[in-house]
Amino acid sequence: MKRRKFIELTGLGIGGMLIPVIGNSIPITLAAEERLDASQKKKLADVALNAAKSMGATYADVRIGRYLNQFLTTRENKVQNIVNTESFGVGIRVIVNGTWGFASTNIVTEDAIKSTSQQAAAIAKANSKFQTEPVRLAPAKAHGEVIWKTPIEINPFSVPVSEKVDLLLRANAAALEKGANFISSNLFQVNEQKYFASTDGSYIDQDIHRIWPTFTVTTTDRNSGTFKTRQALSAPMGMGYEYMIPKAKDKVQGPEGITLYRNSYDLIEDSIAAAQQTKAMIGAKSVEPGKYDIILEPNHLGLTIHESVGHPLELDRVLGYEANYAGTSFATMDKWKAGNFNYGSKIVNIFADKTQPRSLGAAGYDDEGVKCRQWDLIKEGVLVNYQAIRDQAHILNQNESHGCCYAQSWSDVQFQRMPNVSLTPGKDKYTIDQMIRDVEKGIYIAGRGSYSIDQQRYNFQFGGTLFYEIKNGAIAGMLNDVAYQSNTQEFWNSCVKICDETDYRLFGSFFDGKGQPSQVSAVSHGSSTTRFNGINVINTARTI
Amino acid sequence: MAILTKDEAHALLKKILSYSRADECEVNINGSHNGNIRYARNAVSTSGGISQTNLVVSSAFGKKLGVATINELDAASLEKVVRRSEELAQLAPENPEFVSFLGPQIYPDSITFVPATAAITPKIRADAVAQSLQVAKDANLISAGFLEDRNGFAAMMNSKGLFAYNTATNVNFSVTMRTQDGKGSGYATRGYNDVTKLDAMAVTKIAADKGLKSATAQAIEPGKYTVILEPAAAAVLLENILFGLDARQADEGRSFLSKPGGKTSLGEKLVDERVTMYSDPWHPELPTSPWASDGRPHEKVSWIEKGVVKNLTYSRFWAQKKGVKAIPSPDAVIMDGGSKTLEQLIKDTKKGILVTRLWYIRNVDPQTLLLTGLTRDGTFYIENGIIKFPIKNFRFNESPVIMLNNLEELGRPERTVSVETNTNYLLPPMKIRDFTFTSLSDAV
Repeated sequence: MKRRKFIELTGLGIGGMLIPVIGNSIPITLAAEERLDASQKKKLADVALNAAKSMGATYADVRIGRYLNQFLTTRENKVQNIVNTESFGVGIRVIVNGTWGFASTNIVTEDAIKSTSQQAAAIAKANSKFQTEPVRLAPAKAHGEVIWKTPIEINPFSVPVSEKVDLLLRANAAALEKGANFISSNLFQVNEQKYFASTDGSYIDQDIHRIWPTFTVTTTDRNSGTFKTRQALSAPMGMGYEYMIPKAKDKVQGPEGITLYRNSYDLIEDSIAAAQQTKAMIGAKSVEPGKYDIILEPNHLGLTIHESVGHPLELDRVLGYEANYAGTSFATMDKWKAGNFNYGSKIVNIFADKTQPRSLGAAGYDDEGVKCRQWDLIKEGVLVNYQAIRDQAHILNQNESHGCCYAQSWSDVQFQRMPNVSLTPGKDKYTIDQMIRDVEKGIYIAGRGSYSIDQQRYNFQFGGTLFYEIKNGAIAGMLNDVAYQSNTQEFWNSCVKICDETDYRLFGSFFDGKGQPSQVSAVSHGSSTTRFNGINVINTARTI
Repeated sequence: MAILTKDEAHALLKKILSYSRADECEVNINGSHNGNIRYARNAVSTSGGISQTNLVVSSAFGKKLGVATINELDAASLEKVVRRSEELAQLAPENPEFVSFLGPQIYPDSITFVPATAAITPKIRADAVAQSLQVAKDANLISAGFLEDRNGFAAMMNSKGLFAYNTATNVNFSVTMRTQDGKGSGYATRGYNDVTKLDAMAVTKIAADKGLKSATAQAIEPGKYTVILEPAAAAVLLENILFGLDARQADEGRSFLSKPGGKTSLGEKLVDERVTMYSDPWHPELPTSPWASDGRPHEKVSWIEKGVVKNLTYSRFWAQKKGVKAIPSPDAVIMDGGSKTLEQLIKDTKKGILVTRLWYIRNVDPQTLLLTGLTRDGTFYIENGIIKFPIKNFRFNESPVIMLNNLEELGRPERTVSVETNTNYLLPPMKIRDFTFTSLSDAV
């Protein structure tokens, strides 16, 4: 997807959000219709599997997918776009001559599926001449006919568009009322209905939901020609519309009256806060560059975990399969094999999982029929494992896949994707307030900002949404122009304190990109507020 | 069925419009055959072919707009999609910014379609990769690359009498060559409408050469340096200026082009006077579609001329409000340069850094267009006109606006591909003084 497409969708240009669009627009009335029941899908899946086997496939899997999206886009008092998309079709993957082949079709008939299977087998045969090592699949359990659904309370697609649009417009009005000059707000809703079957004997029917409300508030100072923006402090979640109904128990109080959110979100409250905070940013102090102890709030830290732990531990990157695009990894196999590579300090425990309730990555089974589970990546600071799928497990001398294979659509081939990767909370009772009190010279950072990391995941630079200076254990005012630069291993080894589980929350990345052609996936990262000592902070102010 | 001829598209769109009961109706259709092959660790990892057709129907009742899309083209589906767009329009809130569809336009014929590219087969892709793999084998390097091609058409028609049609082809190729010990890495990329211009072996040899020469890199202190940016490195910085040319953002005071007192930089000098950037759909080296997706004709447009901002892009609504011509965003941009080759620019450099590729570019501050990112896959120290040694990669924090004010010299433009957006550009290599590197990276 070219960036131009993203920008056209929002009409926001710079500072706007980048939104990949998959599938075709459809009216909402279609969203509730079921295309095929499970028995029809099983019958079609068997056609694909039998055709593959008759072409000499030693393994085949088929995914019959229906992917629904609804994106609502507003600015100020106007609805800019209501986009409903649906994409329906079949993707078939086979192993012939020890080589993968993949083909897909949007014509969901027995004949088309049969010929698509044959095409996948032909591609595998053609590519096998380049194959240096035959594919080795870790065994996978035959699950028979099973069902898994995201445990949502309210299906977002069943909520009237008018109600959703009304909520966005009320949030916009509230921000403008409080002095913001501009606000654009969005609500993304995703439903993946996917049926998986393989020659191993699994027939898996899944219904997966994700939701993301967000906005950008801008306040301008026409006299000086400056402007400040603030994004929403919401997180994309693996939830239904219940996330949009604010509940007091999900609100977390941060410093300086900041409200942070856990399993439900108050869009209007947050847009009002954003208006007030962008106003305060104009004229706030510009940061003095230097070393600071930084306190990172979960809706910020999640992105740092994503980039500095999640990506470098993707086994395909480590092996060199992403060398031409996303890059490779500093976390090489020899470091893992040594068994004592200090990725972080002793208190750093980071786990991968695709089972965490309300997370974006949650599913019953991955896109090659492996039951989802949890496993450790970093234990007491030491690198202990990677993320691997069926054809990679043998490289780690492991007997089973981790269950983190994913394709963005039926039309794309599935490959290893990042599961949820999260930081275990501190064991002892420890609050945000206590953490701030313990810092002499520091900066508290909330929300995601600009992010960039090198192709082996050593050097990174992160901005944020809100910055507050800490002096002698107390907040000393708002800061502007803050970014921190560090090296992954140094950074995680400077981790000295983690708040307890009562502060634990999920951050989410809704459109994480990987591969050529690029595919997106959605993934959450849980953490509690965490302190890192002696981090290099730079000042990003310039004059043009 | 993915590709329709002009006559077929005209007949189909006319038929679809005949179903319309709305005040206004507009239909867009596009289709393409895409092919790709990907390799890594000196073996093919994935390959595929995707054929698709997409039909978008927009119906309007007054200022209420509804949009529906379908990818089936039988008569029943066509009528269904029109009805659905009308139902949505009736449900949609009135949009005060809705602008009535355009009437008939005149579009000169394009030069974006090249038969040879449309005729690419899986074998041609595989042969190109085989050549690239051979270079890796001969040089004892580890290759990873990606070749993708597209043969597509787009057409539109509306109830005001507008009809537009175009076909286009494109091929992009990129390759990374790494040394066995992981200490060296080189990269090269090319994009063309005409596949016969692509020499996968020659491109791979450039990457291989950089990979071999970049091993045993030395660390030098971060700071301000004179840099020579190859076109692929310049592209990912300069395109942020192009994406920020929206007049409304500037007028609203929230763009790097906004100025105190509610003014903008339109008509003012923004960068060095040797900088001239324009778009030209009929440029022989970088042809693009003669029309935008809302039917507006793409013309030759000067964006920055001798350092002065000459034009901004306008939505039709904002142009109407401001009483100016509604210039659409360009599909590609060309920057004028000089006559020197990259080698000559290096030869004329006393001290500097050659940058092959920049990576993970992100906007740090939209007010100043400050960007951050890193060098990658071939960074070299230049002294007295020669490349002295490879250096470790740097993180930079720099604004392309500041950078184009620190221009030393421009070389001969060549076609390149943005690794961030896949967009093709025609850009010169450029020598820039005081480019700001802020930290070292251990990444190779």
